[in-house]
Amino acid sequence: MKHALKPSQYAILITIMLTASVGDTLLSRGMAQVGQVDMQHLGLLWHALFNPFVISGIVLLIGFFASYMTALSWADLTFVMPATAFGYVVVALLSRFWLHEQLSIYRWAGIFLIVCAVGFVAGGPSRTENPDDPHELGLMDSGAGR
Amino acid sequence: MTLHTSELLHQWSAITGVAALAIAGEVLIASAMRDLGDLDNHRTGPGLKGYLGPIKAVLSSPKFLTGAACMALNFFAMLWALSIVDLSLAAPAIASLTYIGNAICAKLVLGENVDRRRWLAVLFVCIGVVLISK
Repeated sequence: MKHALKPSQYAILITIMLTASVGDTLLSRGMAQVGQVDMQHLGLLWHALFNPFVISGIVLLIGFFASYMTALSWADLTFVMPATAFGYVVVALLSRFWLHEQLSIYRWAGIFLIVCAVGFVAGGPSRTENPDDPHELGLMDSGAGR
Repeated sequence: MTLHTSELLHQWSAITGVAALAIAGEVLIASAMRDLGDLDNHRTGPGLKGYLGPIKAVLSSPKFLTGAACMALNFFAMLWALSIVDLSLAAPAIASLTYIGNAICAKLVLGENVDRRRWLAVLFVCIGVVLISK
């Protein structure tokens, strides 16, 4: 059971928080420029691939997926989940301080709750083992996959 | 009244379906990564080329491929769901249901030790997500 994370592992968790939220924001900004895509205008999707916002959004989301899987290789799903939720906080803070939108009291309360959730989980171990989860199971699976 | 109920049922089954796909995808991918263990141990050498090892290990895991397929389906199901449910209801509802389902499946399927602290975190995240999207 690991209680302390390596600096590189903290970096992965921070990458997850930042790439998911900023990637989504860039993608939605880019798609707003491209216009509405429906069945009659599927060609617009091809057009979207040349939009700089869409391109950078996709690159960030690929980075998110890679770091998310890396984190899951050494941490529990229930440990990584609050980190992904922290992305909502990043989006809300970006819209407040970058886009100068006003945040309602509800949003501030939501930010506070998610920050608390991250705090609860971060204080515990990153990987828990179930005593009746034998290691052989993993070996058997990898054998079946060959 | 009956029309209203059936419409509600339609909307919530879309929301539950999208969340179920997300949960299946995340739990399968988490299980695949748990089986593989720390990806650093799959590194074949220094530099960028060393990352070929982990990439190959991940891509040859059937669990990962099934999970990724669920995620892809989830993406298209989400687009479809947004055509019958408003984004302001769909986004927080799907996110909250996914968090709760993930925690339950992490305990039952992945065998993670979800203690009181983590349940509390799931609850806070759910309420927080709903508040933030208000």
